[in-house]
Amino acid sequence: MKFTINGKAYDQDVPEDMPLLWALRDTFGLVGTKFGCGIAQCGACTVHVDGTPVRACITPVGAVEGEAVTTIEGIGQTKEGKALQAAWLEVDVMQCGYCQAGQIMTAAALLKETPKPTDADIDVAMDGNLCRCATYTRIRAAIKKAAGVALADTREA
Amino acid sequence: MDDVKISRRLFVSAAVLAGGGFVMGFGASPSEAQSAAARLTDYVAVAPDGTVTIRAKNPEVGQGVKTMLPMIIAEEMDVDWAQVRVETAPVDEKTYGPQFAGGSLTTPMNYETMRRAGAAARAMFLQAGAEALKVPVAELSAVKGTVVHKASGKKLSYGTLATAAAKVPVPDLKTVALKDPKTFTLIGQFKGGVDSPKIVRGAPIFGIDTVVPGMKYAILAKPPVYGAKLKSANLDDIRKLPGVAQVFTLEGKGDFHGIQDCVAIVADQWWYAKSARDQLDIVWDEAIGVPHDTATYAAQAETLLTGSGEPIRDKGDVRTALAAAAKTVEAVYETPFIPHVPLEPQNCTARVTADGIEIWAPTQSPGGGRRLVAQTLGVPEEKVTVHMVRGGGGFGRRLENDYMVEAAAVAQKAGVPVKLLWTREDDIAYDYFRPGNYHRLRAGLDGAGGLSAYQAHGVTFARGGKTAQGAGITPDGFAQITVPNYRLEQSLIETLVPTGYLRAPSSNSLAYVHECFLDEVAHAAGKDPFDFRLHLIETAGKGPAAEGRGPDYDLKRLKVILDTLRTRSGWDRRKPAAGEGFGLATYFSHRGYFAEVAKVRVSPDGTWRVLKVWVVGDVGSQIINPAGAINQVEGSVIDGIGELRQAITFDKGRAVQGNFHEVPLMRMSEAPHIDTHFVLSDNPPTGLGEPALPPVIPAVCNAIFAATGVRVRKLPLTPEALAKKA
Ligand code: FES
Ligand code: FES
Repeated sequence: MKFTINGKAYDQDVPEDMPLLWALRDTFGLVGTKFGCGIAQCGACTVHVDGTPVRACITPVGAVEGEAVTTIEGIGQTKEGKALQAAWLEVDVMQCGYCQAGQIMTAAALLKETPKPTDADIDVAMDGNLCRCATYTRIRAAIKKAAGVALADTREA
Repeated sequence: MDDVKISRRLFVSAAVLAGGGFVMGFGASPSEAQSAAARLTDYVAVAPDGTVTIRAKNPEVGQGVKTMLPMIIAEEMDVDWAQVRVETAPVDEKTYGPQFAGGSLTTPMNYETMRRAGAAARAMFLQAGAEALKVPVAELSAVKGTVVHKASGKKLSYGTLATAAAKVPVPDLKTVALKDPKTFTLIGQFKGGVDSPKIVRGAPIFGIDTVVPGMKYAILAKPPVYGAKLKSANLDDIRKLPGVAQVFTLEGKGDFHGIQDCVAIVADQWWYAKSARDQLDIVWDEAIGVPHDTATYAAQAETLLTGSGEPIRDKGDVRTALAAAAKTVEAVYETPFIPHVPLEPQNCTARVTADGIEIWAPTQSPGGGRRLVAQTLGVPEEKVTVHMVRGGGGFGRRLENDYMVEAAAVAQKAGVPVKLLWTREDDIAYDYFRPGNYHRLRAGLDGAGGLSAYQAHGVTFARGGKTAQGAGITPDGFAQITVPNYRLEQSLIETLVPTGYLRAPSSNSLAYVHECFLDEVAHAAGKDPFDFRLHLIETAGKGPAAEGRGPDYDLKRLKVILDTLRTRSGWDRRKPAAGEGFGLATYFSHRGYFAEVAKVRVSPDGTWRVLKVWVVGDVGSQIINPAGAINQVEGSVIDGIGELRQAITFDKGRAVQGNFHEVPLMRMSEAPHIDTHFVLSDNPPTGLGEPALPPVIPAVCNAIFAATGVRVRKLPLTPEALAKKA
């Protein structure tokens, strides 16, 4: 099976029904993409397939054959990814950090679609990504920082 | 966890690094410190190029200690934070003293000792500088890793002085001069986590990312009912499945923390192991689970609460005071079992060779895990090496090391290194749950609306006849200390279900129970909840405080945070719209004082949302790293709100809920605004992993009462409970 992952070509035998998550982690050794639930509930496994965020835990690898996959290891090469990584550090979003690869991947897709997101846009885009440590306040702020919009949380208080 | 000694005696010793440079070792005795310096363990090192390496000794699971502890040393040493490299220490409790992440204890156990160690190093560099510059040491100062002689303008970097400084006699730690906190340049500054640059790039730093040469992947099929025995399984069919390398059984050892009967599947990749497990036909003898139903527990509790329990606190004369009360209030409260669900599922990598056992584990208790592995596998502890790997959340779950000993046992039997990984369903099914509890509460009000009597009967869970892990119901509560007549009784229900410590153990349910009831009592007294508490503080005598849990409850500290919160939250000017309400609660746990106001909105269909939470806390004189501190508070608040909706129920001993669709965690759109404020008091700094969590739960419930008139006396809180009956 042929894939492009983070711009690099791979050609390897992988059972078609193996979820992309496990192919990335255990076949290709790209362990930045995380396992949290396996049933599309947490978003820890978010990657981009041709620019669209998908849950790698429920995406059979056969379905992405020939497509371009971007993971957290490669997202820094995009404009949005780079800005988000910098903002994440400036705001110091992380607690345990386990969810943050997925958060950044989802946020990168959001900024690509909506370069100046509102709080409502952020809520809709990010609701599928759980953070057990509950760093939501800072994820929101970091997305805004990366987007260059005002940081204040405009939701009703 | 409760009785850990706070102050550790620390000794330091210095040595010259191979090739030049300074290294300072720590230990619990002078000889241990010497050998630590010689072996380059538990140390601070300064290389000739000025790089400072600090070993972080406690496990990092998101609570920020890997950044915070080294900051304390760097501050007193007067080195530039940009020059500091932080490395995770090896697990060696003889050298390091306790190495664990629990009880919010890292700060109180280490603040003072880390400061003294850093100050000793600074004194040694100053002395070495004095000798090199031939000036009195009093004329020198240390600035960002440089010794400065102001009068002559001469400077020498720590790197240059490192070898000489290592030969200066180590000053007495008891008398070494500490910096005046007013002159701190690093402590109190917002510093990002030292691992964060790796995290945002997806670098392999978590337990689950561990790769060892020749490693296979493993999954277990464990009994769905704790302690059930394996009857049969189609192991031969499983052996034939793709990618499967080995299939075998492990026998339970009857150790509550250790291995149970299980089937291990070892495969070339984890997905093969998981897919093979899906084909497993396994029969358990799980008859022992039959009596362990949530409904049965509730019925038992109801019966127990009609009688009296064993008294565990008794002061004054509650019976007489209740009989004499102008008014009495009574209520029954109930909380469910809830899970930990750290986002990184349990995992561990182990390699067993003739030389010993090597383990890579995301654990909060590496020393405990090491002992468990040694005991279970029958090897001396010295033969077990545990590498602390960053954990994707802990919340108390990783104080248990069941997954660690499982990985070691599988690796031993398989004869190859293995990475064991659980699924999320495994993580929930095999949790050591926060146990539920049930309470009947009675309060008496005197003629002036003050609290004259408080009686509580709590039903909690037991294992082997004794209060189960994490099931203690002695509150560090407020009414209990301020009320002249107080009695607490306890009854026990024997449970098979494993229980354990969840972030702010006991407090995370007791705050809800007692602070909601206190709100009921204030309401019955016709008093504002702030006024009611302040009146209690004014009239309080000394009572049975937080016995066994550190310092006595200091009501003066509580008063300050209440006053501050009242102002910050605009309590007296609040104007809730229809369906909105404000609620107050306070709690003292893990040496931290917290008071919180929640503002909620409840829709007619019963759905509720927390709009804002104001938090005021007192954790002593110093916030060491505000970046981590505020993050912990915000996380605790949102985590606590999430707990309002969670429950694990049991059907014949099996946990019913399976994954996040049945264990709802808070999501981005649900997270409220949070206003966090720390009151700095003249007390030693204490931890923040836990104490901000307990009060938010009752604050929200009290706000819901203010919004709807409905008391939330049973969790989980469902919309049905709040829906307006048409
Ligand atoms: S692991 Fe894929 S969504 Fe949770
Ligand atoms: S930072 Fe721990 S799960 Fe998000």
